[in-house]
Amino acid sequence: MHSNRYCNRIIVLPFSVLLEIRVKPDNSGVVTDGVKHSMNPFCEIAVEEAVKLKEKKLIKEVVAVSCGPQQSQETIRTALAMGADRGIHVEVAGKDYETLGPLQVSKIMAALAKKEDAQLIILGKQAIDDDCNQTGQMTAALLDWPQGTFASEVSLDGDKVKVVREIDGGLETIKISTPAVLTADLRLNTPRYATLPNIMKAKKKKIANVKPADLGVDLTSRLEVLKVEEPPQRQAGVKVETVEDLVGKLKETGRI
Amino acid sequence: MICSSYGLTDEQKEFQKVAFDFAANEMAPHMAEWDQKEIFPVETMRKAAQLGFGGIYVQPDVGGSGLSRLDTSVIFEALSTGCVSTTAYISIHNMCAWMIDTFGNNEQREKFCPDLCLMEKFASYCLTEPGSGSDAASLLTTAQRKGDLYILNGSKAFISGGGDTDIYVVMCRTGGKGPKGISCLVVEKGTPGLSFGKKEKKVGWNSQPTRAVIFEDCAVPVINRLGEEGQGFGIAMKGLNGGRINIASCSLGAAHACVQLARDHLLVRKQFGETLSNNQFLQFRLAEMATKLVASRLLVREAATALQDGRPDAVSLCSMAKLFVTDECFNICNQALQMHGGYGYLKDYAVQQFVRDIRVHQILEGTNEVMRMIISRNLLTEL
Repeated sequence: MHSNRYCNRIIVLPFSVLLEIRVKPDNSGVVTDGVKHSMNPFCEIAVEEAVKLKEKKLIKEVVAVSCGPQQSQETIRTALAMGADRGIHVEVAGKDYETLGPLQVSKIMAALAKKEDAQLIILGKQAIDDDCNQTGQMTAALLDWPQGTFASEVSLDGDKVKVVREIDGGLETIKISTPAVLTADLRLNTPRYATLPNIMKAKKKKIANVKPADLGVDLTSRLEVLKVEEPPQRQAGVKVETVEDLVGKLKETGRI
Repeated sequence: MICSSYGLTDEQKEFQKVAFDFAANEMAPHMAEWDQKEIFPVETMRKAAQLGFGGIYVQPDVGGSGLSRLDTSVIFEALSTGCVSTTAYISIHNMCAWMIDTFGNNEQREKFCPDLCLMEKFASYCLTEPGSGSDAASLLTTAQRKGDLYILNGSKAFISGGGDTDIYVVMCRTGGKGPKGISCLVVEKGTPGLSFGKKEKKVGWNSQPTRAVIFEDCAVPVINRLGEEGQGFGIAMKGLNGGRINIASCSLGAAHACVQLARDHLLVRKQFGETLSNNQFLQFRLAEMATKLVASRLLVREAATALQDGRPDAVSLCSMAKLFVTDECFNICNQALQMHGGYGYLKDYAVQQFVRDIRVHQILEGTNEVMRMIISRNLLTEL
């Protein structure tokens, strides 16, 4: 159905993140009303990688998917302006959006991957507002696809993908078969600026609207957020005169 | 609440985002060095041109981005937060590219515009002379017709980019006295008889060189004339209508940056046991600055829309916008400097550069006094 020589379709999942964080007065979450969003930096890198693969003619089409309320479309438009071919906006709003987490998103992605017959899914490794670092891995598990996470280098070779991963001990190089899920790390590339002409061309590209129910996805959360707090205010330090005083203080506060 | 994105279309917000990102990443880190070392940042401007900023309102068939005056204003406002001086030069370059695009014939458009849009070549606008600033129509540089050449004699003063740029859009006298004797010629660097004065030492706008442009029996082909003989002054003024919106937009960006700097400073600096933000005078002052900023922005954007739509009030609005906005924004930046106290006077802090850079906006592209002349004349001759 598709040539083994190169991949046909990549789905990227750019997420938008809050640009400033303020905890709600009732500690139930963070304020989202009226706060500016922008594309998650790791997702920008993911979109850039997908567009580069297309420019190298290794894949045919880049589809940008975003899950969320109406304003998620802005994130898709940015991806289109960077070079994605079309977008899919999965509408999730209100209460559902507040409880939308990696599990729900990966269920949506898995359903879309099958529907769109994608060969590669590329996401940012984590969102900088919740730092979950789960969506890529869960999506791969749901689809039973191999995963190349924390990618700092990606190369396609026939129907295999070579991924250099950033791990604690250094770099790990793996080769996985497509279809596969990749997550982008910081050093994978430097995202391009959208150009003015591309922003205008993006206006003509299509964004399809889809509901999670259409994909047969149940959005019920298995998590309940009990409390959200700011980190403790930085306390003033105490100056001590001698080394003995210092050791005494450290023992007093249970540090040693 | 003073966010410059409110009221923009989604597409304009995208343009603005690119400009803000470019300003923050490519310009702001170098703004002080460019000023101090008087560097004309050719590579950075070419990067900007790659994104479409070289001919923002030039038509796409010759390499421009084909955007509206309002899109352009939004972009220059955003870019100015990174470096006013460089953005102001980019706006002058854009103005010249537009003049050739709009008043040039197809040969001229195809010859000059693509290189200008990519900033392969840079442009300068040459109207002012040592003896004619506000009284621009009294210019003395002559262009005598000799066969298929014009022989230029005279000099231009205060030319932004002069000496470093490649394409000079020159208003010169081909006919009798007054505006109707003026034509517009495109002169290329390297033409024999074209030379430059010394680089001027300026209070601001130091990332662009400013020099006199001197013509001594400089022979320019007649085919480089934009439009007909006698149309040059009209072309120059039409260029300036847009130029005035652009310069005002640059002042806006600077003022916005300064309001943010002032605000941040007030929240941090403590005197008399509390942060300056608790001081009512400073609170009220900040409120006035923010209010004038928003009012300025509304006026510039309205003028841009009027010019785009060819409204009868466009020329007056452009003059009003230039007058009001350059004055108010200078005051905003100056007050922001004052709020910084002694620190505001140090070159380690950006606020002084914004003040120095936008001071000249009240003078060039038509002094704010000339703006009053235009507005009052239009009011008094209106039926």
